[in-house]
Amino acid sequence: MKNIFILLLFVCSAASWINISANEWSGDISLQSRHFSQEALSSSQFKEYGSVAIKAEWFHGWDDGKQSLTFVPFTRWDQHDKERTHSDIRELSWLKVFDASELRVGLRKVFWGVSESQHLVDVINQTDLVESLDGEQKLGQPMINYALIQDWGTVDLFILPYFRERTFAGVNGRLRSALPVDTTTPIYESTDKQNHVDYAARWMKSLGDWDIGLSHFNGTSREPVFIPGSGNTVLIPVYYQMQQTGLDLQATKGAWLWKVEAIARHINNTSYMASTTGFEYTFNGVFESASDIGLVAEYLYDDRKSNATTPFEDDLMLGVRWTNNDVNDTSVLVGVIADRKDSSRLYSIEASRRIGETMKLNIEARVFEGLSPTNIFLYPLRDDDFVQIELAYYF
Amino acid sequence: MKEIILLSSLLAFTGVALAETAEEKGLAIAVEADKRDQGWIDQATTSKMILRNSQGAESTREIRGKALEVQGDGDKSLTIFDTPRDVKGTAFLSFTHTLEADEQWLYLPALKRVKRISSSNKSGPFMGSEFSYEDISSQEVAKYKYKFIKDDKFDGRDVFVIERTPQYEKSGYTKQIAWIDKEMYQPLKIEFYDRKKSLLKTLTQHEYKKYANQFWRPGRLEMINHQTGKSTTLLWKSYKFKNGFSEGDFDRNSLKRAR
Repeated sequence: MKNIFILLLFVCSAASWINISANEWSGDISLQSRHFSQEALSSSQFKEYGSVAIKAEWFHGWDDGKQSLTFVPFTRWDQHDKERTHSDIRELSWLKVFDASELRVGLRKVFWGVSESQHLVDVINQTDLVESLDGEQKLGQPMINYALIQDWGTVDLFILPYFRERTFAGVNGRLRSALPVDTTTPIYESTDKQNHVDYAARWMKSLGDWDIGLSHFNGTSREPVFIPGSGNTVLIPVYYQMQQTGLDLQATKGAWLWKVEAIARHINNTSYMASTTGFEYTFNGVFESASDIGLVAEYLYDDRKSNATTPFEDDLMLGVRWTNNDVNDTSVLVGVIADRKDSSRLYSIEASRRIGETMKLNIEARVFEGLSPTNIFLYPLRDDDFVQIELAYYF
Repeated sequence: MKEIILLSSLLAFTGVALAETAEEKGLAIAVEADKRDQGWIDQATTSKMILRNSQGAESTREIRGKALEVQGDGDKSLTIFDTPRDVKGTAFLSFTHTLEADEQWLYLPALKRVKRISSSNKSGPFMGSEFSYEDISSQEVAKYKYKFIKDDKFDGRDVFVIERTPQYEKSGYTKQIAWIDKEMYQPLKIEFYDRKKSLLKTLTQHEYKKYANQFWRPGRLEMINHQTGKSTTLLWKSYKFKNGFSEGDFDRNSLKRAR
């Protein structure tokens, strides 16, 4: 199946040379420094991590914009963590636009959902976890995606012929489980392993103030569970098959955004529901200036409670976003995710600002507070408070 | 006989004109301006904004836009940002409405995420410039109440001076004074008064050209903020009419593949 994809892309790219109308390169190079304030739990870990990443994008369009090819290679080098030193093809896809439909073939990223704190509905792409803890960085997913665009909404159909494994920090990396994850021998429920063909569909429609999406996914879960391996020295990821139905809904009422994401998932002989519900309210032009202050509040729920495979089974996320609306697009988001049952608190700060016309400074800090040994997902991060400074140059 | 009829009808016309209130005359000018600008169907533009702070330091934005004329309501538009490079590929879809909040979606290419955004803040700055969303969105007759002030000359051209009072409750302005060219029925200058009724900004529109034998469009806009000393130049580099755009070019799908 993988070979068919490569062949298809080859044919498409060969075809593209026939009628060249536009092609362009762009992208960014970023220098990143992570500083951990506490000593590591393991002697194989460090306090300072330097890293360099390059993401490039090549775009070529023809047929009056009805067809295009996009290629987005990505690579990162990390000073200490061999697993974080990695490369990926974020996108290598061909797009063809018809009158009321669109066909996309190749490696791509798709985003579903409306919430800020977690992304339950968004299950097409695998998370590139070594990139960022927030789960918003994704690996390129091979797919055939056909979108049918009608008055009654847009239906996206997906065939996903190959599975990408989640990335995890290595022995020398921080922000990992106490035992490192061994990604060389993952276990799959399906005998097809990575070649299991997954299917997904999504309907979405905007109805006045309401944006609604309904989705269904049938295939290998992107979220693994773990079993100990190699004499209790590593964790082995186990990828089960799952069926998930998801709803994402946003009502935009003046300065209020009301949001709901809910999923019903069947996996490993259990069925459960999870949701993220909340709002965002924006005060415009605060302090006699052009800047905005947004308040974000979301409730994270998983009905498996303490048996949940995520730490966010009964949690509250509160955030304040300051957008300066200045020439440099300065913005700061301060947030906390607090567990309602125990004392665990995840604090985060994300700030960014453009420097000149081609550079951008991003600062991210995370603090883990009040983690108890019973919090099996987050307890390993108890000494991993960090500040990350990133300077990106855009070309 | 014919002359007499003509004369009497002319008198009658003048009589009506004399009886016309300043509000009616102001509205009539706005209606005429709107009528003359109808039928453009769609347009594609490329533009460049030069933002200047009070010390004169400059920053530029390159933008491409597509717009679709909607009869009886605000227009639909798709805006694509080419620079600054960190926001390259970011696209903005807007269905403007005369009196209600607009419908707006933002596409963030790094996350591949389409976000429905709150549009109640029409007075907020557009890309950090001195133009607000309200300034750049489509001009509809029903957005204001009008009052004719006087006939005048501006830059050697005959103009109507009219006062416009925004009807949208969250407008950033209490009033605008517009100098409307009598030949083109297009503004040459607009003064914006903030919620405290003090002069906030002055916009002047320059280098008008006629497109498709009918539609006057400016080549350069200068917006000066009197309260901060900042200014923005908006250069319209190209206008192209009747591109054959349809509703399908202005939806969330087209937003995701906007280039």
